[in-house]
Amino acid sequence: MTDSSGLALALLTLGAIAGTYIWRGVGVMFAARIKSDGRVFQWVTFVSYAMLGGLIARMVILPIGPLMETPLLFRTLAFIIGVGVFFALGRRVLLAVFIGVASFIVLVSYF
Amino acid sequence: MISNAREVTRLAMRDAVGFPSITLLASMTGFGSLVHESGLPLGIAIAATAGIWGLPGQLTLVEMHVAGASTFFVILGVALANARFLPMVVSFMPLMNAEGSRTRWDFALVQMLSINSWAAGLKRFPEIERKFRRRYYIVFAVICMSAGILGTVIGYFGVGLMPRPIALGLIFMNPLFFAVLLAGVQSRPSMIALIVGAPLGIMFHLVVPDLDLLLTGAVGGSLAFWLNNRLSHRESKQ
Repeated sequence: MTDSSGLALALLTLGAIAGTYIWRGVGVMFAARIKSDGRVFQWVTFVSYAMLGGLIARMVILPIGPLMETPLLFRTLAFIIGVGVFFALGRRVLLAVFIGVASFIVLVSYF
Repeated sequence: MISNAREVTRLAMRDAVGFPSITLLASMTGFGSLVHESGLPLGIAIAATAGIWGLPGQLTLVEMHVAGASTFFVILGVALANARFLPMVVSFMPLMNAEGSRTRWDFALVQMLSINSWAAGLKRFPEIERKFRRRYYIVFAVICMSAGILGTVIGYFGVGLMPRPIALGLIFMNPLFFAVLLAGVQSRPSMIALIVGAPLGIMFHLVVPDLDLLLTGAVGGSLAFWLNNRLSHRESKQ
């Protein structure tokens, strides 16, 4: 890698960091004006959860990155197994994640 | 109500050292290995983990850069992938701080907020006296971030030793972990919003990929808010 492309990459990363931080910083400014028992606050909490729900579904069904090379069926199946284990076996997070990820690895390796 | 500094520190350590650290260590190992495979330096991997501190945005940075997108679009893509931090911060800070007690430190502390510390705070803050909540958050988030950075470094150097299915499994861990973490919050409002948001996230991603999360949040959050109010209203009438 040449020095100039290294510099460009560093600047790009800094830009990405700043672009992410804007949401956090603006959040702090808004948060100071919001009461934690008001309706606006409630609504914002719903917005957070809805965004997270959408993000999770997108990551499983339409992922970006290396997961794109894996079949949709494997991702969905392993996800259902993991969440199923969570609700069936006493809501243990680590166990559910472990079994879900292990099923995914088995599916990807042997099928 | 927990009102003892030492006890709060211990609680935060106990909460963080379990599954949050383990899953962060593992999922950031997946990210570190991806950065290495993409031919980018370790410094970028660490800077992305500590600076962006949200895996979807980190993946976007690496993927779009490798795909050759222009600087402007990479930065925009990463920023949009992380839009959830705005409502997360707004719904977190008022619970952590006393009414109207914003300090300049908040602008630094907020950098460490992630889905882990957010969910842990929402769950634990009601049990902790207000003036110690910030302490809980700092201890919890510092442990999480250390685990994440450590995982990034391990993944970066360990990539050659890791079979491909395992590396894929570590990345797959994230959505599954997020799902069970949030399902564990166990309140009706959060469940409604998660379930309403999921199909909208897919739909908006197909229709307007750049603004998908913002629209999912605005439309899905409002819809869930309305649904929940209706349900509560109906229950109170019965």
